[in-house]
Amino acid sequence: MALQLAYFAWVRERMGCGEEQVEPPASVATASDLIAWLAARDDRGARAFAEPARIRVAIDGQMMGNDAALAGARDVALFPPVTGG
Amino acid sequence: MIRVVVQVGAIDFATETDRHDAGGHGATASFVGRVRGDDGVTQLFLEHHPQMTERGLADLAHAAADRWRLPALTLIHRVGAMAPGETIVLVLASSPHRAEALAACTFLIDRLKTDVMLWKRETLADGAARWVEPRTADQERAEGWD
Repeated sequence: MALQLAYFAWVRERMGCGEEQVEPPASVATASDLIAWLAARDDRGARAFAEPARIRVAIDGQMMGNDAALAGARDVALFPPVTGG
Repeated sequence: MIRVVVQVGAIDFATETDRHDAGGHGATASFVGRVRGDDGVTQLFLEHHPQMTERGLADLAHAAADRWRLPALTLIHRVGAMAPGETIVLVLASSPHRAEALAACTFLIDRLKTDVMLWKRETLADGAARWVEPRTADQERAEGWD
């Protein structure tokens, strides 16, 4: 399953890039699984995703809960809670 | 008419108000959000998503138009770098009656703070930068509209 990931704000800074393509294993079924997989993958992931409760998700342009399934997803954005206005 | 804009350039209140409503709608409520100058902040940077930020604003505008009679609605959010005192966000809501215009304006700014992909980063006088944390009070106000 190839996924195009995009990072924003401090998630982007800690990952050291704004986007990347990844091939997570089949066991990564939900956004939460993806966050845990990225956190375990390397040091930058561990820094960016140390607190999964502070991570929000958009799948193919739609904001979703972190329990959302990734089946059929192409683009996943991972970011902190928004602070506009 | 609904007008939604995400822009890097400055927001000019007078120009936007004239464009929003030539005066025929009865009541126009406005909200102007400006960069705070407290806490020694010298610059505010607004990060956004190239597509989803504008779409999120448009979704909110349509949600407001479904809820109240709003013949004219303008929602403009600035992104990029700005200085204390500059306008970050402008909401203009017009209706035949003031109660609807005021309610829609409040709804839009409350929900904008929790529903739209925008992130604030503050730079201080010593050059240090910090990402702004979401406020519980903002979350509670936004949820009050559910």
